[in-house]
Amino acid sequence: MKNDERDEYIPENTLSRRDFLKLTGGGILICVTFGEAALLQEGQRRMGGQGYPEDFNAYLLVHPDGRVTGYTGKIEMGEGIINSLPMELADELDVRLDAVDMVMGDTELCPWDMGTFGSLATRMFGPALRAAAAAARAVLVELASEKLKVPAARLATRDGVVFDRDHPSVKATYGELAAGKKIERHITPKPSPKKASEWTIMGKPVFRRDARAKVTGGALFAGDVRVPGMLYAKILRPPAHGATLKSLDTSAAEKVAGVRIVHDGELVAALHELPDVAAAALGKIKAEYEPSPSTLDDKNIFDHLLKVAPQGQVVAHGGDLEAGKAASAATFDETYLNSYVAHSPIETHTTLVRIEGGKATVWPSSQTPFRLKEEIAPLLGLSAANVRVISPFVGGGFGGKSAGGQSVQAARLAKITGRPVQVAWTRPDEFFNDTFRPAAIVKIKSGIDAAGKIVLWDYAVYYAGDRSAAHFYDIPNHRTVAAGEWGLGGGNSHAHPFAVGPWRGPGSNTNVYARESQIDIMAAKAEMDPLEFRMANLNDERMKRLLRVAADKFGWTAAATPSGRGFGLSCTDYNGTYVVTMAEVGLDKATGAVQPKRIVCAQDMGQCVNPEGAAIQVEGCCMMGLGYALSEEVHFRNGEILDLNFDTYELPRFSRMPRIEAVIVRDDEHPPSGGGEPAITNMGAVMANAVFDASGARLFQLPMTRERIKTALEAAVRT
Amino acid sequence: MNQTIRFTLNGKPVSLAVDGERMLLWILRTELGLIGTKFGCGEGYCGACTVAVDGQAVRSCQTPVKTVAGKTVLTIEGLEKNGRLHPLQEAFMKHDALQCGYCTPGMILTAYTLLRSNPRPRTQDILDALENNLCRCGAHNRIVEAVQEAAAVMQGAGSHEK
Repeated sequence: MKNDERDEYIPENTLSRRDFLKLTGGGILICVTFGEAALLQEGQRRMGGQGYPEDFNAYLLVHPDGRVTGYTGKIEMGEGIINSLPMELADELDVRLDAVDMVMGDTELCPWDMGTFGSLATRMFGPALRAAAAAARAVLVELASEKLKVPAARLATRDGVVFDRDHPSVKATYGELAAGKKIERHITPKPSPKKASEWTIMGKPVFRRDARAKVTGGALFAGDVRVPGMLYAKILRPPAHGATLKSLDTSAAEKVAGVRIVHDGELVAALHELPDVAAAALGKIKAEYEPSPSTLDDKNIFDHLLKVAPQGQVVAHGGDLEAGKAASAATFDETYLNSYVAHSPIETHTTLVRIEGGKATVWPSSQTPFRLKEEIAPLLGLSAANVRVISPFVGGGFGGKSAGGQSVQAARLAKITGRPVQVAWTRPDEFFNDTFRPAAIVKIKSGIDAAGKIVLWDYAVYYAGDRSAAHFYDIPNHRTVAAGEWGLGGGNSHAHPFAVGPWRGPGSNTNVYARESQIDIMAAKAEMDPLEFRMANLNDERMKRLLRVAADKFGWTAAATPSGRGFGLSCTDYNGTYVVTMAEVGLDKATGAVQPKRIVCAQDMGQCVNPEGAAIQVEGCCMMGLGYALSEEVHFRNGEILDLNFDTYELPRFSRMPRIEAVIVRDDEHPPSGGGEPAITNMGAVMANAVFDASGARLFQLPMTRERIKTALEAAVRT
Repeated sequence: MNQTIRFTLNGKPVSLAVDGERMLLWILRTELGLIGTKFGCGEGYCGACTVAVDGQAVRSCQTPVKTVAGKTVLTIEGLEKNGRLHPLQEAFMKHDALQCGYCTPGMILTAYTLLRSNPRPRTQDILDALENNLCRCGAHNRIVEAVQEAAAVMQGAGSHEK
């Protein structure tokens, strides 16, 4: 047994940022600053980060042995950038993929980063990394020109070697060129990455480099990091949001041998050298609470939200709505509801904090290591420079690990006890403290003329925000209004009875569900096939092409709905990534149970760095999205969260698994855009449209539980 | 009350003086340092903590350690033999049957016990066996393909391309 004698598992990064920038090991260091990276800087400002005095968007190091290390503040939580980022680097630098190591999410070593979310890694960080790699290659060519006495213009690079095009035997390896050197270059380049036609590594399928560690149990997650002297903390959870502690009796808990009870303000914790003993001790604490003043529940929440909705902002408009009404042969006035949804990563929020010699080290499950460092430092009375966050693998995030309450708890407890402290939320803690996807409402008034042309679109979304709110159809008279957003309490601190935040494809899941349902409702009224109806109302050739690709793959044939076939369709543009999803479902009308049979999801994400990784993300989006479409809903009453584990909160399981075919369309015309989120945003609408096609029942609320489907079926029969 | 509990863990004898009511999961992860077995829900709903006890899949978060006395426990760390991965591990890698990887050890151990009792599972058998193992990233199709391939490899049928 190879692990039984180890009592410490600590990730291996030992080089400090300062040492690293001094190039103690020698080699070639390339730092890239994009002066025009306004969005990055804006993000940095918004997160309150000051950045570093000499800040870079990316850097990489060519070592004297020819290996290359890329550094990124992003983390790996399953999205696969542990694969795609080295591919970008290797291709641009002309080294073999296996010569590249990535250091991820270490605030001491890696360039500042606002966080891993929003499908931004490839779109925003990728270009900086590629520019650094291109610059490193240029330096190596320069060095080789000197060493080999060959004009730089005659030199070419391949597999970590610079060689003379005319005399290929005249060559030098990157390692030879970097050996004994301490070269540091700071550049502000115009990004001039290779054209897609010149790629040798990008664009081809590559399997995961973290797979071996993950199938052998060796991959370290936050809960697996152990340091000598550490305590495991379990945190007392109030019965409801808004409930206040009235009395506390810890006497029984304190009798547990070796336990330590901490009561600091609202934070009550039991700590022990064994995690389960800490949990048992916590269970002996007697606490009484004043009940929550909240009178909201999962049924009355929508009326409440509309009542307290903040002022809306017009995000898109054109033409004249009155003219649109006048031109309409039929109008449609519908309201769509979305329930609160949990993130439910299988790894709960977990963090270990160690304070030693005036410095703190934090091992969190977090999507935002740099923000976390700024958040924790003042709690510990330390400057941010003395807090280092090291990111282990993250066991699923989906937006929920942008927030990190457990890290704050661990930091406070480490300071109070003087011991390293791990906080790992229990599953009920995870549900209770989650920053849920907000409940949201969309109201749409739309109209078509006698020929089935959309002439009116008046769209208002409450609490989901403006992402994917504006339509992309050819509609002469339209307006889109967004009131409230998915973060920051929805723009009104009294709106939601608990925290809400980004959830994979924030806002878009709600907006696409409403828009694409409304489109299908109009197509049905026009007695047109939903695909033909969209084609007739679209000018966007890129979307039309993708619709045709999906239809071919799916075998879509024209029929007015409901056809009884159970076919559904939804399309969207998510920040430049186009997605068309088609699905076939079976519906048991007696029980209201939906069985997805197959899904075809075609995605145009511009240039695609790793097609295999992109396909996996699409498949994952389809499968995960079945949850919010069909079964996932957080039930609550008076501040109490009623779903605290997977017995009542229903994630998609193997029995619900359809056949999923991901089609990544080759599109070298557009720059790479994100792939972690876009495909999930079609899932509500594609399922709702498929259920309608199967049965004639239109669902105006997600999730489409069996009960809601049965109710809608009864309504469809009556009309 | 501490008691001495002996069992076979990944092929080697283990003797522990622990409170026998404590759950196997925490003994594995803490006293024995085998961190490959994961905590997911603490109530037996998610399957992340699945290990094999005498060849049966059990939820280690719900298994008092005294109940494995005299038995054989297999965790994800015990599947690799002499530097060679188990066919299930190979197949999970080959099919990219994971994303975040947190549910993976429990998936593999559940599949291991399935193939032990049913070496030629139908697809429906695999779906049924894995039904109560949750994967949030949505790797389900690839997990099923990986189990199918591992079954074929273990049958000596060689690699079957789908």
